[in-house]
Amino acid sequence: MAGEEDELPEETELSYDQKKEIAKWFLLNAPAGEINYVAKDLKAVLSDEEVYNEAAMEAFPVYNKSHMICLEMPSRDGDVIVSSYSEIAENEYIDPRTAQVAIVDHVKQICTKVRPANDEELPSLYIEEYRNALDAEIQRYVSESYPKGISAVNCVKGKDTEGPGSDFEFVVIITAMRLSPQNFCSGSWRSVWNIDFQDESQVLDIKGKLQVGAHYFEEGNVELDAKKDFQDSTIFQSADDCAIAIANIIRHHETEYLAALEVAYSKLPDNTFKDLRRKLPVTRTLFPWQNTLQFSLTREVEKELGLGK
Amino acid sequence: MVIISCLNGGIDFSGVRAERFEEMEAALGLLRRMPPKQSETALSALLSLIPQHSSDLLSQVDLPLQVLRDTESGKDFILCEYNRDADSYRSPWSNKYLPPLEDALYPSSELRKLEVEANDIFAIYRDQYYEGGISSVYMWEDDNEGFVACFLIKKDGSKSGHGRRGCLEEGAWDAIHVIQVGPEEEEMAHYCLTSTIMLSLATDDESSGKFGLSGSIRRQMKMDLTVAEGHLCNMGRMIEELEGKLRNSLDQVYFGKTREMVCTLRPPAEIVQMRLPDT
Repeated sequence: MAGEEDELPEETELSYDQKKEIAKWFLLNAPAGEINYVAKDLKAVLSDEEVYNEAAMEAFPVYNKSHMICLEMPSRDGDVIVSSYSEIAENEYIDPRTAQVAIVDHVKQICTKVRPANDEELPSLYIEEYRNALDAEIQRYVSESYPKGISAVNCVKGKDTEGPGSDFEFVVIITAMRLSPQNFCSGSWRSVWNIDFQDESQVLDIKGKLQVGAHYFEEGNVELDAKKDFQDSTIFQSADDCAIAIANIIRHHETEYLAALEVAYSKLPDNTFKDLRRKLPVTRTLFPWQNTLQFSLTREVEKELGLGK
Repeated sequence: MVIISCLNGGIDFSGVRAERFEEMEAALGLLRRMPPKQSETALSALLSLIPQHSSDLLSQVDLPLQVLRDTESGKDFILCEYNRDADSYRSPWSNKYLPPLEDALYPSSELRKLEVEANDIFAIYRDQYYEGGISSVYMWEDDNEGFVACFLIKKDGSKSGHGRRGCLEEGAWDAIHVIQVGPEEEEMAHYCLTSTIMLSLATDDESSGKFGLSGSIRRQMKMDLTVAEGHLCNMGRMIEELEGKLRNSLDQVYFGKTREMVCTLRPPAEIVQMRLPDT
């Protein structure tokens, strides 16, 4: 066993860049909603404001977009979702619903101001008809199924299409986050649905990606990390009919997925967990520690009968 | 009567300045928030940021166990601080250090006898609960005329490992039980057990996609027991009891809380409402 007097290997001072990379790593790996708690602890172990500030400037935007954080707009028009799909510039994110662009402070995680989106940033009237119809249906679905869900529909391809004859692509985002520090609990649900409107085949190709996370850390540390990909399709119809069909598909898959997660959880105690450790031995009694003679006998018998168990 | 006290490792802060206290608290806070599967990276990052706290950190934090093959006995054994001397590790089967080490530390011959018996019996216990896996027990004398024993288990429950039901794509369970045994007084002895469980499991199937749970918890248990049936019996029973409690706690409380959270984010739908087109 290592004695107290063992010498620690010679410590080389970490370089500025090395410290910064470590700081970024901690920030980027913070669970949903917990980056500020991680930041506080990180500052205490770093003891270097300059390194922290630079790391934060680089890490927060990546974290915010990956977690699709929602920021309240000062115009009281609701929240804007910060994501790679809504990004106009590094600190500017478009809210298609209100046709505004939010200017954002990533490190403070606030929307500092909004400005109206200009024509180049907005989709054409033709595209907007489809986008708006879908946005309304998704909002309806989200308000029914998510107590605190926020959604957005962004056009990521073909936004200047004037009429039928071209392809275009939307991304539907649904995000819900819960932070309960007094209960040592946090969680997040992220849905990203790519809707590819294909003109030639008159088909909508739908690809979904769901990611669910939860963290419980009262006298311990446990995390859930669940994800699933989806594929579906429907026919290219009018804006309203497409909106209804897409929302139904999303609703169907997400509901089924939630049910499947429930099943996975219910199988844990008696099935999944058993592959790690049983609740009790096959004998259904506690281990007979006091009976050492029985052990040697049991081992002999097991060997003889070739019982691998 | 069982007393279970929940201590986060029992940090001893006597004689430590306020700043150092804050640094350690912050380090432990970070470790509680980083993904459990990245705990090695997180610890290594902290050791390089605050090397002055190395020994505190290493004693507070457990990492997934490593294994080495004892070629002489043909069996695997688990590596930890308690069987390490310099860069060599002592095998509980042959009682030799690998790689070989001169002037190394060994338990007394009496304690070694108990250690051998403990390894044999714990292997059977391990087999009955884990249906596979690897175990090791190490003992050493401590300064208080008692001794300390460390019982370790490592199990790979994945379908490519020792998972009997083939449920798991990935399944790792590491159990570390460190038990301090006080000197015998009037046929009684005081036992203080600290148990840490680290686990990670992942399934991957058609309906639920990739589903992964991982985490760790640590608890303590103290008892005063008669030595009539011997130390091994007492230690074994305490370990079995606390291990069972931790398993259930992880399953019901900890994983249960994450399940609750999912249902809070998106409650299960009673009725799937389908909207039909107006035409």
